[in-house]
Amino acid sequence: MSDQSKLYEVFVRSRRGLDHKHVGSLHADDPEQALEYARDVYTRRGEGVSLWVVAAGDITASQESDCDSFYDPLDDKPYRHAAMYDLPEGIDSL
Amino acid sequence: MSDKVVSMPNEERFQARIDAEEKIEPKDWMPEKYRQNLIRQISQHAHSEVIGEQPEGNWITRAPSLERKAILLAKVQDEAGHGLYLYAAAETLGITREELIERLHTGASKYASIFNYPSLTWADVGAIGWLVDSAAIVNQVSLQNTSYGPYARAMVRICKEESFHQRQGYNIMMTLMQGNEQQRAMAQDALNRWWWPSLMMFGPHDGESAHSAQSMKWKIKRRSNDDLRQQYVDQAVQQALAIGLEVPDPDLVWNESRGHYDFGEIDWAEFERVINGNGPCNRQRLAHHVKAHEEGAWVREAMAAYDAKRGKPTVDVA
Ligand SMILES: [Fe+2]
Ligand SMILES: [Fe+2]
Repeated sequence: MSDQSKLYEVFVRSRRGLDHKHVGSLHADDPEQALEYARDVYTRRGEGVSLWVVAAGDITASQESDCDSFYDPLDDKPYRHAAMYDLPEGIDSL
Repeated sequence: MSDKVVSMPNEERFQARIDAEEKIEPKDWMPEKYRQNLIRQISQHAHSEVIGEQPEGNWITRAPSLERKAILLAKVQDEAGHGLYLYAAAETLGITREELIERLHTGASKYASIFNYPSLTWADVGAIGWLVDSAAIVNQVSLQNTSYGPYARAMVRICKEESFHQRQGYNIMMTLMQGNEQQRAMAQDALNRWWWPSLMMFGPHDGESAHSAQSMKWKIKRRSNDDLRQQYVDQAVQQALAIGLEVPDPDLVWNESRGHYDFGEIDWAEFERVINGNGPCNRQRLAHHVKAHEEGAWVREAMAAYDAKRGKPTVDVA
């Protein structure tokens, strides 16, 4: 591993039709190398049909410490949930 | 996927995947017609979500209470999100957002005809949420199994959010039906106007549908128009009766032997008229979208200018 090696986040699609899921990270010198490492590290037992590697530095993330104020506007809206609305007798497929 | 399939020519391998209920993903080889067919259907779906905000948005400032207003705002916001999920799914097929919007504006790409009807009273907001969203859900639930991965996943996300939509609409209708005579008449009038257009949402009869056969073979579509329409009618009639509404169809009758409701024939001349641009609000809906897009130009320009200032490569903001 060279001094310049970068951190990559690894995402695996376990089966066609499913979303890629984050499985972990690794160091590599470039994206192609990261992809090969990811194959060797995360899919040795047929765990995936597709791999994504993303330079960790390219990810913009929300901060745990900001969570309250970041999500706050969404917390007091129970009417977004179907369960808030009562249904008449005999109607359940709605 | 078996070794046998891997060694097949492209087209056969593609169909074998589909026959085996496997999803097609963006980087897979696919027939050009499959790609074009999907772009047409997904973008039409995306445009419908976005144009569909207009008849409901019309009532946000005039909702009868703060709570109803907050609910309607949340619902319309969801629809904008659905449009985004679907545009993003279409973009995985190699078309840009700008091209998609351009096609909407030139009329090359369609959206659900039902949004070309006006929302005249508050009860229409109830009827739209209940009927239009119910019909959309029947269709979208079947599309959770569509063969193109990004489209199927967008449908799963959307369906999760939809049940609140139909319930809030039904709740508006139910509340009106528990009100005075005028309020009940308002609910009935809304049903009378929205019932038939909602049946038209499922498209022409199976025999007449231009894209159906190929779409079924490619599993872009999973159930036929008439099949989906029947399911919708069976559900919606029950729901109407449960709150004392009368369905405006003299031919509607429960058919014991089929286990379904029989219902009258759709006015296909009206269907054609609206789909070809001559419904009550076609021009208004498009003009509003064009105007909103043009008036938003300064925001896109400001963002590009900000990026340029920070030394980021500018993206085309046409
Ligand atoms: Fe929607
Ligand atoms: Fe909806």
